[in-house]
Amino acid sequence: MRIEPLGDSALLVHVVEIFETEQSLDAVLRATRQLETARIRGVLDLVPAYTTIGIFFDPAQTGTFDEIRTSIESALQTSLEPARPRADGNTIIEVPVCYEDEFAPDLDEVARHAALSPDEVVRRHSEATYRVSCVGFTPGFGYLSGLPPKLATPRRASPRKEVPIGAVAIGGTQTGIYPRKSPGGWNIIGRTPLRLFDLDRNPPALFHTGDRVRFRKISRAEFDSFPA
Amino acid sequence: MKVLVRSAGFLTSVQDLGRTGFRESGVSMGGALDTHALRVANVLVGNDENAAGLEATLGTLRLRFDDDRLVAWCGGAFSVRIADENLLAGHAGLVTKNDDLTITAPNSGGRAWLAVSGGIDVPLVLGSRSTDLRGNFGGFNGRSLCDGDELPLSNKQRFQINAPRISEWSAPATWTATDRNDPILRIVTGADWDRFTPEAQQALVTTAFAIAPDSDRMGARLAGPELQRVAPGDLLSEPVVPGTLQVPPNGQPILLLGDCQTIGGYPKIAHVTTVDLPIAAQLWPGDHVRFNQVTFSEARQLLREREKDFAVFRAGVGLHLE
Repeated sequence: MRIEPLGDSALLVHVVEIFETEQSLDAVLRATRQLETARIRGVLDLVPAYTTIGIFFDPAQTGTFDEIRTSIESALQTSLEPARPRADGNTIIEVPVCYEDEFAPDLDEVARHAALSPDEVVRRHSEATYRVSCVGFTPGFGYLSGLPPKLATPRRASPRKEVPIGAVAIGGTQTGIYPRKSPGGWNIIGRTPLRLFDLDRNPPALFHTGDRVRFRKISRAEFDSFPA
Repeated sequence: MKVLVRSAGFLTSVQDLGRTGFRESGVSMGGALDTHALRVANVLVGNDENAAGLEATLGTLRLRFDDDRLVAWCGGAFSVRIADENLLAGHAGLVTKNDDLTITAPNSGGRAWLAVSGGIDVPLVLGSRSTDLRGNFGGFNGRSLCDGDELPLSNKQRFQINAPRISEWSAPATWTATDRNDPILRIVTGADWDRFTPEAQQALVTTAFAIAPDSDRMGARLAGPELQRVAPGDLLSEPVVPGTLQVPPNGQPILLLGDCQTIGGYPKIAHVTTVDLPIAAQLWPGDHVRFNQVTFSEARQLLREREKDFAVFRAGVGLHLE
């Protein structure tokens, strides 16, 4: 465990040094829960991502770095209360995806790169179980680890100016879903009718770091009849 | 009670001190790019420090109120008038019903923050009244202001207005006029400082960087010597914070501001100190900026001193407004 400053109003905890999906995320989630439980004065946000946790604080409300570091270190040595239902790493979120041509402009490119048929790409993409390694880029965008290695495809040379809401895409060794219309450079292979980020929901984001995710192939008709 | 936006200027948005608690879901902190300026302006009109005000950028913002309000502003070299009277930065001024308040940006660019007694009473979204301009939520209908908008104002004004029209007392000038010619910003080293060559580390603290045109509330893009890494290669994304100087593969740093993403994969060479973020919020294309390295304890000490001065200032204003 390595703790270093991130400017003068945040700290970065390196929970592990090398990213291995399962072990790294379990360790990061555990440390995040310990820090949440400790309710350290002045801490505004805890952001787990891959191997690290960002601790954001109100610099006017906190002591010296050494004092904060000591609070963090002691929090990370406490024993845990039972896990909350979320962020225990066992929740599996099922995401329906329509992989039909109209929603999958880059499926052929991914298939060509993998030397597989488009159907085989879809089969492998929807049979794997993924884990949310971090959430960012835009509100609710989860970076999913666990993509079958064969499906890894480099990002597009020039990003699209506009990727539609719900686009399911592959970028390098990761897959993810665009929570809103935005620019994006990942290869689009399908679309989900689920809302990834909804201000009327609590919490608004569907994905949280550590969650497990599976994709379920649906038809265009199912996509259209999906309750909004 | 409300204020009519007769002219919205180029980019005006409702902002408070920002949105916390949802950063783990990718929601930016946002808020006033210079939170200290908004705090000072809010104190001057008797508001909570976190009351929502307006952030003005370029052009002319013209407001008309339908009741009496105290107003105050801080920031760039703007010109602000209540009817025909000049309101200097850091003073409180009384706007009476049907007066126009006119806020004109300098040609050289910059930002200013306006507080109105009571505060702008838009609904809280995820715990904040700030406008998330990329996410299109919060603030006034999730967008920047347009001509003809009517902003609701809270009636919770804390004091009777009987002062002269413009207060004689004011906030310290270093807090209220934050625009500097070719400023020097104090930095502390970033987590990835050691990933950069000694030449890059040296260049960062000895060279002037120009502000590039495609800068916005997410970040100021800098142009200068190419900051090279010892070894190239992708890094895992990590949390980032406003003030971070991150360096994409082209070697031209980006200074992240309030609307920055919550995580980033570019190496972090340094961070601008919190006390200098107000000056960073005034950087504009065409400006030049230099960096001066300080230690973490110096950065924290500067901030502690500012907060101590702020507490004294707040208590002093309280006496004037009672």
